Parts: sequence; structure tokens; C-alpha cells
Amino acid sequence: MSTPTITRKISTRESTTVTLLLIGVALAYLLLFLGLPLVAVFVEAFKKGWQLYWEALQEPDAWSAIKLTFIAAAIAVPANLVFGVSAAWAIAKFEFKGKSLLITLIDLPFAVSPVVSGLVYVLLFGAQGWFGPWLQAHDIKLLFAVPGIVLATIFVTFPFIARELIPLMQSQGKEEEEAAVSLGASGWQTFYKVTLPNIKWGLLYGVILCNARAMGEFGAVSVVSGHIRGLTNTMPLHVEILYNEYNFVAAFSIASLLALLAVVTLLIKALVEWQAKRSGEPLHHGA
Amino acid sequence: MKLSKLTTALTASALALVLSSNSFGADITLLNVSYDPTRELYQEYNNAFAKYWKAKTGDNVSVKASHGGSGKQARSIIDGLEADVATLALAADIDAVHDKANLIPADWQSRLKQNSSPYTSTIVLLVRKGNPKNIKDWSDLVKPGVAVITPNPKTSGGARWNYLAAWGYALKNNNNDQSKAQEFVSKLYVNVPVLDSGARGSTVTFSERGIGDVLITWENEAYLVKKEFGDDKFDIVFPSISILAEPPVAVIDKYVDKHGTRKVAEAYLEYLYSPEGQEIAAKNFYRPSDAKVAKKYEKQFKKLDLSITIDKTFGGWAKTQKAHFADGGVFDQIYTRK
Repeated sequence: MSTPTITRKISTRESTTVTLLLIGVALAYLLLFLGLPLVAVFVEAFKKGWQLYWEALQEPDAWSAIKLTFIAAAIAVPANLVFGVSAAWAIAKFEFKGKSLLITLIDLPFAVSPVVSGLVYVLLFGAQGWFGPWLQAHDIKLLFAVPGIVLATIFVTFPFIARELIPLMQSQGKEEEEAAVSLGASGWQTFYKVTLPNIKWGLLYGVILCNARAMGEFGAVSVVSGHIRGLTNTMPLHVEILYNEYNFVAAFSIASLLALLAVVTLLIKALVEWQAKRSGEPLHHGA
Repeated sequence: MKLSKLTTALTASALALVLSSNSFGADITLLNVSYDPTRELYQEYNNAFAKYWKAKTGDNVSVKASHGGSGKQARSIIDGLEADVATLALAADIDAVHDKANLIPADWQSRLKQNSSPYTSTIVLLVRKGNPKNIKDWSDLVKPGVAVITPNPKTSGGARWNYLAAWGYALKNNNNDQSKAQEFVSKLYVNVPVLDSGARGSTVTFSERGIGDVLITWENEAYLVKKEFGDDKFDIVFPSISILAEPPVAVIDKYVDKHGTRKVAEAYLEYLYSPEGQEIAAKNFYRPSDAKVAKKYEKQFKKLDLSITIDKTFGGWAKTQKAHFADGGVFDQIYTRK
């Protein structure tokens, strides 16, 4: 066994040309497929000036779409926060029968196409569906109304927080919790004082991703929405409608708002990552 | 638990809203579930009707609209989208609301004049300026190298009229030989590179995305494209013969009775037949049925041979729907063979 003599910072031995070429290709790819469309959205939105852009956002139907998007996210994200933390806690800290089944179920929304997730709700709660007649008899409107949109949003954003936390909690093991319990901490104290501080950055990261998807979801929401203007259109759905009405400035104005939300999300995400690194607490498993 | 409470609360408040508005006679909301190209028509008509109803009764009506492929919209009503009125592209889609969900009586189409179709339309061809592929008639659509844009007949009502217009043309030119007609239509669909789910989707594919040489579409949609994009981009080609398209309207009985909106919903549809309603239809390039308004807009609508009709040429929608567009029907055979 020879002692390593090379202490280069990079682990590969390609020439500078190859390195630069690879970086160039990656950058060009990013600009072409991510940068350019983003710029195009804003260019189209402001094509006819600030005035029209501003008016498009204040139009009542647009405003209702913006509100509905925030309502859906405001319900879906906390619901999945509670569920995600409980599921991750159960999976990472306890042994029980059916654990792998639970993990598989959590992954289901990732594996299923969003359109199918929407159709499942139509099959269950539609007027001709399993629970449709019962719901109608009790005058409860799920489909083609706000509750249906919230349900579909919860379904598609279901895995984000749990999936973020499970590997992190598993890698942390359960020694600290066991110590806490042996020192007389209650279950809630253990969670609040030991587990939560350990996972806070990962949790925040999961919430950000979950929120981004909740606001941007199109497929599943489209199936259950009914597309009633001013009532059941979320921002992504409203963008499509405006575009199909040749109202390009308004369509791209709403789209730019969505893009802006995405950019803000990414900034917060970067900030969280940076904070997590500084505090020395892991964000991901193995990070 | 939390969610079901929320749902109940939301429904209860929505219900309270509906009830209170009715008892005070102040604000009424109607939902019009319509097909794709009628967006501009009903936007204008809804305002006119609100004014008329306010003057007549003092009530404020706000009409909410939902647009999409006609078949898809019918499906949503069947699945529980609580439309007060359906204004769809063809009778078969409203028939489905009776057949599959029993929300309206079987004889719904005889409740209003002219088969419940306050306006009619037809199918024309839209080509790029100067007609570079020299398209004059239906027969030019089957030539190799001509890309034809038309939506999916399974989901779009306009697409079914397109399909039947081509079929009718082939029948007239082949001594009513059905197998020749099928051959013609399947050749036509070989030239279709993409099927959108609704007429508006196809229009955007053709006009905005620049795909295809010719768009088969509603007459009203063709005029609208010219209006939106300017006369210098597209030309309308009127074929030698086309189909008389009757887009019908209906009150959805079960839902208006549930909402207590029957009176206003019926008035909403009847007002379509009034001179004002007819005028708005004509302005939006739908052929008016009122003789006076038709006379006034005579110049706008080219005189066409519209002797292909769903009843005379095809024996009605029920039969046509089953033979051509149901699962395993002629369209499926044509399109999978491709």
C-alpha cells in the first residue's frame, strides 16, 4: 500500500479544456431550457407595458384564481406538514408491521400521473361515483368546488415533506430520543425538544418544495375543477384559459406571477440550505 | 375529520348564500357550461342578459361560465358539475346528460324552438394567407403532403361536425356509397398530425403555434381568428358543400330545481332567441335564426350549400354517435388503422 501523494482538490484528472467544455455544456443547457423560457414569460407579460400587466392582475377572475391558489396551498401544506412529520417519525423511530407498505403508499402520488390522481377523485366523489349519491343526498359539494381542488392538491403534494424527513430521521437514529425518554421526558417533550430541533432545516426544505408544487399543480386540479371562471380556477388553470382566449398579455402576467413565486421559493430554499450548512445540521441524509 | 368539517362548513355557507340571495331577490348566480368557441359570444351575451333581467325584475344575475371540449363538458355535468344551463356543440352531448345521469327529460330538445338551437353554424376551412397549398374543397384535404388540423371527435363537438361534413361531402360525390365515404375520411385523418381535445386548442395549434396547412373549424371560429390575428394572416375557404351545425341549449332540470333558478335559467335561454340575443350571436359570427336579424347580417354570412344535415344525411345523433364515435366505432377503426 502506497501512501497517497497527490493532494489535488479535484478528484478527476481531465484536462482544463474538458472541464471547461463540460461546464460550458451544462451552462448552455441550463440557459436554453431554464433561463430562456423564464425570460420569455416576463418579456411576453410586459410586452404591452406595465399598465396592462397591472390591469391583468387586478381583473376579478385573475384575482379569484390567485386567492384560490393561496387557499389551496394554505390548507394542503399544513395538512401534509402534520401528516409528513407523523409518518416520518413513525417510520424512522419505530418498528411495526406494514411499514414498507406505508412507505410505498407515501410514494404513490409520485408514481401516479396527476391526471389519474384527479380521475380517482371523480370516480370516488363524482355524481356517478362510489360516494357521489350519498354526497348529493347530504348536499355536500366536493368535486368542481373548492374542497375537491384542496383534496387533489393534498394528494399530489402528499409525499414531499415525509419523503424529505424519512431518510434524515433514519440516519439520525433513535439514541437521542431514547436518552430523553430514559431521563423522564414525555413523548411530546421528546419530540419538541430533541427530534424537532434535529430536523428543522429538513422540515423547512420539505415545506418549501410542497408549497411550490401545491401552487403550481395543473393536471390533477384541472380534472376536478370544472373550470368555472371566478370560482374554481387556480392560477395555472387560469393561465391556460387566458392563453386560449388570445389574451396573451394577461396569460403571461399570471404566468409571470407563478414564475416569481418559483424564484422566491428557490431563494428561500438556497437560504435554508446555507443556514443549515452554517449551523452544521444536516439537511439531507448524508449531506 | 378536520377536512370534512371544513367541507360541511363551506357547503353550508355556500348554501346559505344561495338561499339568502333567493329570498331577498337580489343576487342570482347561474352557471353556463358551454363548449370551446363560445367564450366571446357568452361574455357579451351574459352582460346583455344581466341588464335585461335587472330591468325586468330588479334582480342581479351573474352568469359564471365554464368552457371546454363539448364532450368533456357534458362528462363534467354528468359527474356533478352543477350547470344551470348547458349550451353545447351538438345534441348528442346533451343527450348523454339524459342517458347517463338522468338530469333532464329525454324530450329536452323539443322544449325550445328550432331543435333548441337558437343559432346555427357550419364548418369551413381556414388556410394560411395566399392559400399556398391551393386548397379549394374537401377533396384537397386528402392529398399527400397537406397537414390538416382538427380536434379529437371523442372529446370535441366541433370535431364531430368536421368529421361528418367531410363524410357528407364524400357521400354526395360517390352516389351515397358509405364505404367510399369511409375511405375518404380515413385518408383525411392520415393527414392529421395532432388531435387537440377541443376546437379552441386546435385553433391555437394552427394559428399561434403555426402547425398545419389547413384548419377545419367552425365558421364562427374562423372569423374570430381573422379578427384576432388580422386579415393579412389567414384566408377562409368555403367548401362546395358543408354541414348545417346546430349547437343546442338546455336547462338542466335537476340542478335548476336544486338551486331554485329555473325561472331565470329558462329566461336566459329564451332571451337567446330575442332580437338582442340574435344580434349578439350574429356579431360573434353565429348564423342567427331570426329572419330579421338574418336579413340584416346577410352580407356577413356567405350563402353556402348546407344540405348535409345530421337528421337527413346521418339519421340523427343517437345513431351517428353510436356508429361513428362510440368505442370501437368507425372513428376508432380509422384512427387505429393509421
